[in-house]
Amino acid sequence: MGKTALIIKREYLTRIRKKSFIIMTILGPLLMGGLVALSIYLAMQSQDSVSVVKVIDETGMIFDKLPESKMVVYEKDTMPIAIAREIFNSDQYYGILYIPQHAAAKPDSITLFTSKQPSPSVVTIIEKNLEQVIEEKNFSNAGLSKSMLDSLKASVAVLQRSVAADAAEKEFSAGVTAGVGFVGGLLIYLFIFLYGVQVMRGVMEEKSSRIIEVMISSVKPFELMMGKIIGLALVGLTQFLLWVVLTMIVTTAVSSAMTGKSEQVMEKMEQMQKENMIPNDAMHHPPPAIGQTEIFKALGSLNIGKILFAFVFYFLGGYLLYSALFAAIGGAVDNETDTQQFMLPITIPLILAYIVGASVMANPDSSLGYWFSIIPFTSPVVMMVRMPFDPPWIDLIISMIALVAGFIFTTWIAGRIYRTGILMYGKKITWKELGKWIFYKS
Amino acid sequence: MNIRVEHIEKRYSNHTALDDVSFEVPDQSVFGLLGPNGAGKTSLIRIITRITGPDSGTIYFGNEPSRPDHIYQIGYMPEERGLYKKMEVGEQAIYFAQLKGMSRSDAVKELRYWFDKFEIRPWWKKKVEELSKGMAQKVQFIVTVVHKPDLLILDEPFTGFDPVNTNLIKDELLRLNKKGITILLSTHRMESVEELCSHIVLINKAKNVLHGSVKEIRKQYRSGVFEVRYKGHPVSLVAGLWGPYELLKNHDEGDHHYAQIKLSDPEQTNTLIQSLISEVQVLSFNELIPAMNDIFINAVKEKGEIVESEN
Repeated sequence: MGKTALIIKREYLTRIRKKSFIIMTILGPLLMGGLVALSIYLAMQSQDSVSVVKVIDETGMIFDKLPESKMVVYEKDTMPIAIAREIFNSDQYYGILYIPQHAAAKPDSITLFTSKQPSPSVVTIIEKNLEQVIEEKNFSNAGLSKSMLDSLKASVAVLQRSVAADAAEKEFSAGVTAGVGFVGGLLIYLFIFLYGVQVMRGVMEEKSSRIIEVMISSVKPFELMMGKIIGLALVGLTQFLLWVVLTMIVTTAVSSAMTGKSEQVMEKMEQMQKENMIPNDAMHHPPPAIGQTEIFKALGSLNIGKILFAFVFYFLGGYLLYSALFAAIGGAVDNETDTQQFMLPITIPLILAYIVGASVMANPDSSLGYWFSIIPFTSPVVMMVRMPFDPPWIDLIISMIALVAGFIFTTWIAGRIYRTGILMYGKKITWKELGKWIFYKS
Repeated sequence: MNIRVEHIEKRYSNHTALDDVSFEVPDQSVFGLLGPNGAGKTSLIRIITRITGPDSGTIYFGNEPSRPDHIYQIGYMPEERGLYKKMEVGEQAIYFAQLKGMSRSDAVKELRYWFDKFEIRPWWKKKVEELSKGMAQKVQFIVTVVHKPDLLILDEPFTGFDPVNTNLIKDELLRLNKKGITILLSTHRMESVEELCSHIVLINKAKNVLHGSVKEIRKQYRSGVFEVRYKGHPVSLVAGLWGPYELLKNHDEGDHHYAQIKLSDPEQTNTLIQSLISEVQVLSFNELIPAMNDIFINAVKEKGEIVESEN
């Protein structure tokens, strides 16, 4: 067995057997499942709480038109506001909505009195309801009827189709496809960070416990470094794969356990959407709701093979590029605190990639997106975000070649820093020093 | 294996670690690489073990310049040593043996033998962090020798070892040497040289100050001082001393005395004894052999260098 293979095997096995690995691998999907369960649970819980608001309507015209809803219930009261405030009891009422005489002309004068900070969602619902009522009143004052108004309105939902000459026209929803790319980019970003730091820690462990010199008398420093990097990449892939499988199992289990209630939940969620988010004019022409089938249709429109290939490529390429640098840092310093100054220049391009990735999701064909998906330090995240938008093959090929060249280059640099650094103790390391190491002959 | 070090130079940016160092490690010798800390011993060892390369000069293994695969014939125990704390002892030992080119099954067989020999077999499945320091040191020694190297290089092998382990290791080294293994050990502790080494090189401030067989060097640095234990009066002793003798010391030990006498020609021992036995009763007579430590200090002084004192 080759030396590098032996090192890879050791790195892989010792880490896979670690308790922390097993715990994280099991806990990850459980946390995901838990999160799904929790959000479903919370959605059902909020159903029960109804806020009763006492309305003192001095105009005498608004209350009658206020719609009832599951979350907010209005109750009329005629007592003067001063007294109402005096005898207000928060056990009976959520708050007092005071609508003064000239509210229609001056909507800003409407006031909601509560004993505690009101929840934004309740306030939003009340505001929407009031807007609706006052608007309708204004329209009729101006001589416009509701039906007339409706007939004047235009509602457009653009159908999104790809021009690809495939027999079946692909339909896709920009939101869903962009999401796939972004999640991929985010995973790559997290993976580089988590495992890059682990490579660094591993190198530091070997250096500080002085194993390095025993090792280095039987293997070349470069073999040792690459063995560690590749071993950890395999650990990462294993963990990732287990997460995907376990998450699928857990989420299936959770959702099937809650099946009976799921319809109820969907209904509830739609209800909330209507009440909270969607402006009232849209209510009359609701856009086609993005249901599960829509999502699957959108996913189906993606070139899964191509995206998956790109994901694995950028996943590994990005990791190799950065982990070599992390290894170099680990080799250069004596202890964890010294890593800070060298970590920064590595983390900045990575964080930049993440930020640019987020903006590219909204505008995938921008020149910003183009350049950052070519530069090897940011391409693993940014190109991944672009993937669902079918970037031209030429972009993809340039980016991949650049990434391969990039990681060969960083590995070369890192190898040279590493081989000098690992045998160097008690020396204050500066950037200048690192520069010199690169050009030492062995 | 016979090792020749020829005109090795190694410079770092701000100092010279080795300056034209040449010497030969004879086959099957126990060779001491001596010198104060910072003299360049570790730099030289790293060059022999091919961890770093020299700026100029060549190392010969047997008759051929050193090649990358020569490292399989070397067992190297660095001064700064360590093991993976979280790994099981046995698994780790197998790993190191495999890195030295052994097959897994050979490694296991050989390691079992050593673990039994050092009585640490029950620790096979333990993690290194659970071991006492002495146990870890034994494991460290085992992984150095398990692949049956022809050349064993030990950098300061006895620092950090407790006295019991030190003796165990010393005995083991001598036994391995008898089986034909060449041993190169660096140290600044001269007493271990007296017990073990047949040949030495003394390096100070990057330069080879002295090298050769311990016997030869002792002869070279022979002081010609003899110690006599005798019964009788010191005055009579002095009366017997004339000509090329010089009484350096005399002290009373109850019914007998010790005297140190320097001969200008150390070969003239019989003449001295003859003149002594006519005056006093000689109980014992032996040459005071210079300690390596004194030779070390003298050699360094001769070269006009200052020795940095070591614990």
